[in-house]
Amino acid sequence: MRIFLKLIFLLVIISSLILSRANAAGEQQEPLKVDWSFKSFFGKFDRASLQRGYQVYTEVCASCHSLKHLSYRNLAEKGGPEFTELEAKAIASNFEVTDGPNSDGEMFERPAKLSDKFVMPYANVQEAIAANGGAYPPDMSVLVKARSGGANYIYSVLMGYDEPPAGMELDDGVYYNKYMYGNKIKMSSPLDEDIVEYSDGTKATVDQMARDVTTFLQWTAEPHLETRHKLGFRVIIYLSVLTILVYFSMKKIWSRIETKV
Amino acid sequence: MSDHEYTPKSKVGKWFNDRLPLLTLANHLTDYPTPKNLNYWWTFGGILTFCLITQIITGIVLGMHYVAHADLAFQSVEHIMRDVNYGWLIRYVHANGASMFFLAVYIHIFRSLYYGSYKSPREVIWIIGMLIYFLMMATAFMGYVLPWGQMSFWGATVITNLFSAIPLVGESITNWLWGGYSVDNPTLTRFFSLHYLFPFLILGLVVLHIWALHVPGNNNPIGIDIKKPSKDTVPFHPYIVIKDAFALLIFLLIFAFFVFFSPNILGHADNYIEANPLVTPAHIVPEWYLLPFYAILRSVPDKLLGVIAMFAAIFVLVILPWLDTSKVRSTVFRPIYKQFYWFLVADVLILGYVGAMPAEGLYLLIARVATAYYFAHFLIILPFLGMKEKTTPLPLSITEPILGGSADMAMARNNLDLKEKL
Repeated sequence: MRIFLKLIFLLVIISSLILSRANAAGEQQEPLKVDWSFKSFFGKFDRASLQRGYQVYTEVCASCHSLKHLSYRNLAEKGGPEFTELEAKAIASNFEVTDGPNSDGEMFERPAKLSDKFVMPYANVQEAIAANGGAYPPDMSVLVKARSGGANYIYSVLMGYDEPPAGMELDDGVYYNKYMYGNKIKMSSPLDEDIVEYSDGTKATVDQMARDVTTFLQWTAEPHLETRHKLGFRVIIYLSVLTILVYFSMKKIWSRIETKV
Repeated sequence: MSDHEYTPKSKVGKWFNDRLPLLTLANHLTDYPTPKNLNYWWTFGGILTFCLITQIITGIVLGMHYVAHADLAFQSVEHIMRDVNYGWLIRYVHANGASMFFLAVYIHIFRSLYYGSYKSPREVIWIIGMLIYFLMMATAFMGYVLPWGQMSFWGATVITNLFSAIPLVGESITNWLWGGYSVDNPTLTRFFSLHYLFPFLILGLVVLHIWALHVPGNNNPIGIDIKKPSKDTVPFHPYIVIKDAFALLIFLLIFAFFVFFSPNILGHADNYIEANPLVTPAHIVPEWYLLPFYAILRSVPDKLLGVIAMFAAIFVLVILPWLDTSKVRSTVFRPIYKQFYWFLVADVLILGYVGAMPAEGLYLLIARVATAYYFAHFLIILPFLGMKEKTTPLPLSITEPILGGSADMAMARNNLDLKEKL
């Protein structure tokens, strides 16, 4: 089947085009490579890591970064951190949202419910920029998909804080990061050893927290990743079997005439 | 067209067919005599029809949930990805489907170039095909704008700005396209409207494309005229139908691999950042399937001439049937053209590669050489080659090369015969 080889050849060319495009940007170092549990054909999330990742997000990141496309109900959904519904309700009730108008025509504050979107740290973009020295802390909902290195890149940036090389001048509120585009970042190193206390007894090293929160952010970007992998596997099996059946049917039908197919 | 008159067997069928001959049409489509030596490169017509239908169906469902508004579009796409039942699947099929559509259409076009399917009497099929290709590019470009990410916004800005290069009226035309003084909500809503319309225009053209095909019938790998129906042909059903189905399934396996295991590799990460008119991305690049034309556009230093070159790159394809002066269709019998054909393939791939790179230094130089070669291929090489080239002898019928193996084998044997005679 020469057509297979030719198709594969074409795909290789196309993917090399794409990869070369990804390499074209910036001077920063290649991101670290992590063997994530959610990669590969059967990739799944590490449930405990997702729950710890949520803890890191909410205790560290959430003071500046929003997750505006997520709702609290997502925390209890299948394929995610899978908190129980009670736990998710309890998490939601820690946040205050503005609702209304009520029958008197007034807006009022109430604890968040499962159906509410994640509460944003700032009222608007301008406030976020003003509070962060002129840099907007990006929304994290799809951050992993919005950076060309994906999860590896996010993890690398969290791990990439270092002393600037000799001769590099940094302005106030600008930090050196080995993996960041242009090597300059306006976020100070967010993770310190034991900055959170994991309830499952895991030691909160910087590396551990970076892994957990990156796993969590991969889930926020691709909440249906597990379903996708599972369904994809079935679809490939189904198509393969059908292809084989159709192949032999084709051979049978074409055997009626003297032509090879 | 089949030569015999068709009469339905049942009375009801006959009554209906006398009033609207749909059954005659169905009979024509099943009996349609097809050359029996068609190889797998001929299965892409069916694959493309499948792609178009898939894009239309998934697109209609996406349209039910998508909100065409500058403030809501990005959010509505995330709503589809998260909250709509299997919305992620429908969107990933649609987004990757566009890439698969173009992959198939490029194979289809290069198959036609290799086997001379654009030559007399099939010029009209070819021109309709080029119209379809042009509409596909417009549709895909506007579709890429709809999620209203950074690449959507800046891609739209770059491409619509091209029209401002037109002398005198350029600026007015650009403002008219935008519906304002920059790419904004009115641009998004009209792009959505047109993105919904164009696929149906394409569908109409596909019907004409197939109709025009069924007048002379299929070309074939050895490119000679054949008698239809004859020993050289097979009825479309079941022979070609089952073969197309098999090829489609292989294609679907690759398609499924992208959708389920690598759904974002063909897109640009920046398009997951919401559009921001105040922040320009480091590199603005179109989708991969437009890169060769993007490279041609940027290789010309003057903006207006660049735009003209880009459109001319498509236009030379439209007039190709008259640029190629060779009467021999299949490259199999054109040893010199065969080499130029592969040079062209390499040239287009190189253009695609430099189209993805920044337009500076060596890349720019390569882009200029490749652009010049692209036009030279169609405007200089093809007209002259057709007059000068010594082609190898053509077989008298399909049956001969088939019994001897591939068409290449037939050619080799013909050469041997010749040598013996000499």
